[in-house]
Amino acid sequence: MQHASTEKTFARSAEGFLSKLNLDALIARIVLSCILFGLCCFLLAPLWAILVNAVLDKQGSFVGLTNFIIYIQTPALVQSAWNSIWVSLIVVLISVPSAFLFAYALTRSCLPDSVKAIFRIIALIPLLSPSLLSAISFVQWFGNQGLLKPLLSGGSIYGAPGIILAEVYNTFPHALMILVTALSLSDGRLYEAANALGTNAFRKFTTITLPAAKYGLISASTVVFTYVISDFGAPKVIGGNFNVLAVDVFKQVIGQHNFSMGAVVGLLLILPSVISFVIDNVVRRKIRAQLTARSTPFAPKPNRLTDSLMGLYCLIVCTFLLGVIGMALYTSLIKLWPYNLSLTFDHYRFVLFESDIALAYTNSLVMSGITAVSGAMIVFTGAYLIEKTPRLGLMRPVMHFLAVLSMAVPGLVLGLGYIVFFNNPHNPLNFLYQTMTLIVLSTITHYYTSGHLTAVTALKQLDNDFEAVSSSLKVPFYVTFFRVTLPVCLPAILDIARYYFVVAMATLSCVVFIYTPDTILAVIAIMHLDESGEIGPASALACLIVLTSILICLIYSLFTSVMLARTQKWRNLART
Amino acid sequence: MQLTSASQTDKHANVALALEIRGIQKRFESFTALHNIDLSVYQGEMLCLLGPSGCGKTTLLRIIAGLESQNAGHILQGGRDISNLPPAKRDYGIVFQSYALFPNLTIADNVSYGLVNRRVNRQEIKARVQELLTLVGLPTSGNKYPSQLSGGQQQRIALARALATKPGLLLLDEPLSALDALERVRLRGEIRRLQQEVGVTTIMVTHDQEEALSMADRIVVMNHGIIEQIGTPQEIYEQPASPFVADFVGKINVLPAISLGAQRFRTGQLELHCEGCDHPAGTPVNLYLRPEDRLLENVTSQTPNRLNALVKRIEFLGGSCIAEVSCSELADQTLSFHFSLNQMHDYDIRVGQPVALALRASRIRAFAQG
Repeated sequence: MQHASTEKTFARSAEGFLSKLNLDALIARIVLSCILFGLCCFLLAPLWAILVNAVLDKQGSFVGLTNFIIYIQTPALVQSAWNSIWVSLIVVLISVPSAFLFAYALTRSCLPDSVKAIFRIIALIPLLSPSLLSAISFVQWFGNQGLLKPLLSGGSIYGAPGIILAEVYNTFPHALMILVTALSLSDGRLYEAANALGTNAFRKFTTITLPAAKYGLISASTVVFTYVISDFGAPKVIGGNFNVLAVDVFKQVIGQHNFSMGAVVGLLLILPSVISFVIDNVVRRKIRAQLTARSTPFAPKPNRLTDSLMGLYCLIVCTFLLGVIGMALYTSLIKLWPYNLSLTFDHYRFVLFESDIALAYTNSLVMSGITAVSGAMIVFTGAYLIEKTPRLGLMRPVMHFLAVLSMAVPGLVLGLGYIVFFNNPHNPLNFLYQTMTLIVLSTITHYYTSGHLTAVTALKQLDNDFEAVSSSLKVPFYVTFFRVTLPVCLPAILDIARYYFVVAMATLSCVVFIYTPDTILAVIAIMHLDESGEIGPASALACLIVLTSILICLIYSLFTSVMLARTQKWRNLART
Repeated sequence: MQLTSASQTDKHANVALALEIRGIQKRFESFTALHNIDLSVYQGEMLCLLGPSGCGKTTLLRIIAGLESQNAGHILQGGRDISNLPPAKRDYGIVFQSYALFPNLTIADNVSYGLVNRRVNRQEIKARVQELLTLVGLPTSGNKYPSQLSGGQQQRIALARALATKPGLLLLDEPLSALDALERVRLRGEIRRLQQEVGVTTIMVTHDQEEALSMADRIVVMNHGIIEQIGTPQEIYEQPASPFVADFVGKINVLPAISLGAQRFRTGQLELHCEGCDHPAGTPVNLYLRPEDRLLENVTSQTPNRLNALVKRIEFLGGSCIAEVSCSELADQTLSFHFSLNQMHDYDIRVGQPVALALRASRIRAFAQG
């Protein structure tokens, strides 16, 4: 209902412009309205549906805050909220400092560039793997038959320790990327000034380095916290009887069909996301404002002792990270841990051809491919239109808000909203329910923010006057779009497509609510395999996802370098 | 250079109007950027909109281009009302401060950007592009990309692109401000030459008064969204219509004074005669005097408007100097005067030395205070 009326307002404002503006402006507004309408349907409406559900009982009559009161009076549920919070905090405390040290080594040491590049790539591999993978791997290392089980001296990996380990692995690259950016944005002149004043290394670190990285640290912490509190995959596999919010939502909805209670927990889950989202947004703005045009980049000086210490640290971290993915790979290649260690491709054959989930991997490939192509197109078009169309009025802030809002909504909550909203037989969009189309649209919506920001950044680097020049030359805006904007932004668009592909391959939390046996995806299949104890096939499928994503990244960088050389030779040309 | 200003203004009597701006108003929220602007632009002239930042000159240009919409008023181009037309339906070429050259297209493709769309055949386009590149003095750069050219060269390509479709009006938005000082001076002459060669009516926005003085047929001085004065560069410089114009264009000395009537004014213990400026006796005024409007030759105690000046400081500028002087009749007030290097030697003008000079009565302007 709500989005329909919003849509009407847009139509009216577009009509008002008709008299004054030409066809170009009208086309731009129509296309933008379509994208806005899509975001309303696939983001706002499901959220609204959850909100409504939280105040209804099982029969669908209004009960006010009763569900919330029941929630607070259920000790088990309150316990899992507390569990979620403290586990997330511990992950922040481990992941952020260790990523900071790693980022420091990458930006401030004089290790050879090739070594840094290798460290960096290894550290970013967790981005490509579903969060289930690390949990499975830690089960293999430390579980009941784990190789390193004796290290736990009688303790169990299932529960908080496992979740923490798996999430540290999963969040490490997220924190690392933010901190590398924060640390590389430092002004070298400040260090030179400090040196000229005879400042010692420790004081330089506390007075220059840390303050400069402060916002990066805050941003990394909120990102890690939000990731952990809303992640579903790792606690599902390694959580044991240790309950957290994300798993509660799943249990309430799938296990007990209690949508109202699921909605209540879902709303609670949004809360930390929204808070950290706001903090993160404020902080990111400050990071950008920090660096002035006059800053000169910091150039580290070689110091054999600290350089080798930092190198050693990176080596240890990389060993851990490789140990996780390596164990998954090993598990997928042996017959049966720990009884039969002979190498085999059986598990791969099983998940790809023999089992009843043979569809899953192909489904994932198709879904990711479609998401990548259509997602990149939609996101870029939306960003282009709000950046380059003059006099948009309200449409601009509304579009920007929706685009950024999607990041603040945990996938699990969005997925729950999809069941409630699209499963409703009175909804005209009901025909989408249980289709691959809806899965694709949910993934595009869920990961809209990052692509949108990439596109906006690329577009902002274009001269704002291109469109004005074009219209003075009587060239329609879409000609300029295809002749200039699109070619110049092509690297950014490909980057968005690659991002969409990788996240679509690994995403679990949103789609876990809306798949059907026909549209089952690889990640969901992994979850089921793990539930039935088929660790070998589960690992095989997880490794397939990682390998596919690595392959796509390789193709992407090969393609972009060839393409850059071919069609983008205007870049990096020296003056003659 | 012809210095008869009157003839330049009269010259327009039988020249057609290229653009008529009538009562243009523009408000941004509570801020009024333009109050009731009226302006006529003549066929083939180079008009400069000059003013400090925030004076509304760029807003006016963007309204003429259709990139902003006015809240009230009309614009007629060659008699046609274009007030509410979108940019694409108006007839102009535009050059921005940032050049806005398409980075992924070659120079030739940039220049032909507007031609291709008009379905002109390929040979004609090629010939036109070559003609334009030759016109802007870069005949061999057609196959290069914008990033391979210097700022000044890019600016000339932007100009060629804007002229390619033979627009009736050329709009230049601070075209030189992104260039370094030397290049700027060189391009000033270049753009002016091109404009006269092509004969295109041109409106240029600038905050640089030197640029306006050296390039324009007429200058429109703007401040706080109103037009302070319209005139030839010489009129603007010699006969500023308001204290703002006097202050903004060129250097000027300001002396607070009281009118004595009959074109005479008292400042400190000095009584000055100013030709052509009359204020009722007792009016507090400010006297405006350019640094070069002083007499050195044959100054005696009988010379009117004579000063007993003492040189306090000298700023060396190369071929000329600015000397800051104080004089006993004016208490603490100092005045700056402009001398050629030769005059510095001939009249022995040195720090600490007295110098006898007189103010040109015909050049002093008096404006009532407040």
